[in-house]
Amino acid sequence: MEAYFWAFVVGGLICVIGQLLLDVGKFTPAHTMSILVVSGAVLDGLGLYEPLIDFAGAGATVPITSFGNALVHGALAEAQTTGIIGILTGIFEVTSAGISAAIIFGFLAALLFKPKG
Amino acid sequence: MSNKKKKKLTPVQQQYHSFSKAREPQRPVLLNVVRAFLAGGTICLLGQFIQDFFLWNFNFTEKTAGDPTVAVLILLSVILTASGVYDHIAQWSGAGTAVPVTGFANSIASAAIEHRSEGFVLGVGASMFQLAGSVIVFGVFAAFVVALIKTTLALLGGS
Repeated sequence: MEAYFWAFVVGGLICVIGQLLLDVGKFTPAHTMSILVVSGAVLDGLGLYEPLIDFAGAGATVPITSFGNALVHGALAEAQTTGIIGILTGIFEVTSAGISAAIIFGFLAALLFKPKG
Repeated sequence: MSNKKKKKLTPVQQQYHSFSKAREPQRPVLLNVVRAFLAGGTICLLGQFIQDFFLWNFNFTEKTAGDPTVAVLILLSVILTASGVYDHIAQWSGAGTAVPVTGFANSIASAAIEHRSEGFVLGVGASMFQLAGSVIVFGVFAAFVVALIKTTLALLGGS
């Protein structure tokens, strides 16, 4: 039960950071998302994102910051086994599910639906 | 607008700038923040439910349950986008729906559907990553730099 509470709170807080970047920082949505993704990658580099996932579960894995975290994770895991070239081959290892799903479902939606409004 | 840019403006332009700034509608920051918190929290809560569902009912571990969870959230988001519901939710919740992975999927699906009239190759294919592209480019480049630094440090420290 506690896990659900923290997933809600931490996930909500990450979205609040995004909202503040939009409203107070006056960034465009694309800039905001890019900042969050880069933050996720840097936080994982400092070893801070993994503890957050252990603590908040989906609260940390569902926001876009985890995309940056997952990119670093895949690159590092592969680099450990195959050396420096592993950074290139491993970077999409973990995020493949998200990107593939978004492309495939997005394309299917474009096949099936017409724009509204 | 930064001061550097302001200096280049003529006095009349400066006057207009302060005039338009005074008339710009104030953003209800506090309300937006509360909405973003509630909507973002709810999506992450839903993600936690889906993840636990996969953990309990199928042979997934804590690590691998993330993949189907993200896929299900993306599928839901694409369905809501295609049926036009997502726009209404997004309008209300601001960053609350944009920051979770659902926003990533929404930007891809809505761009794909919107540019369908320009053809499947030049419209759907070329425009799909119009918004999501910057996230992927900066994410990948930042991850590359971080991974390079960490790997180099590990090599130096390990040898």
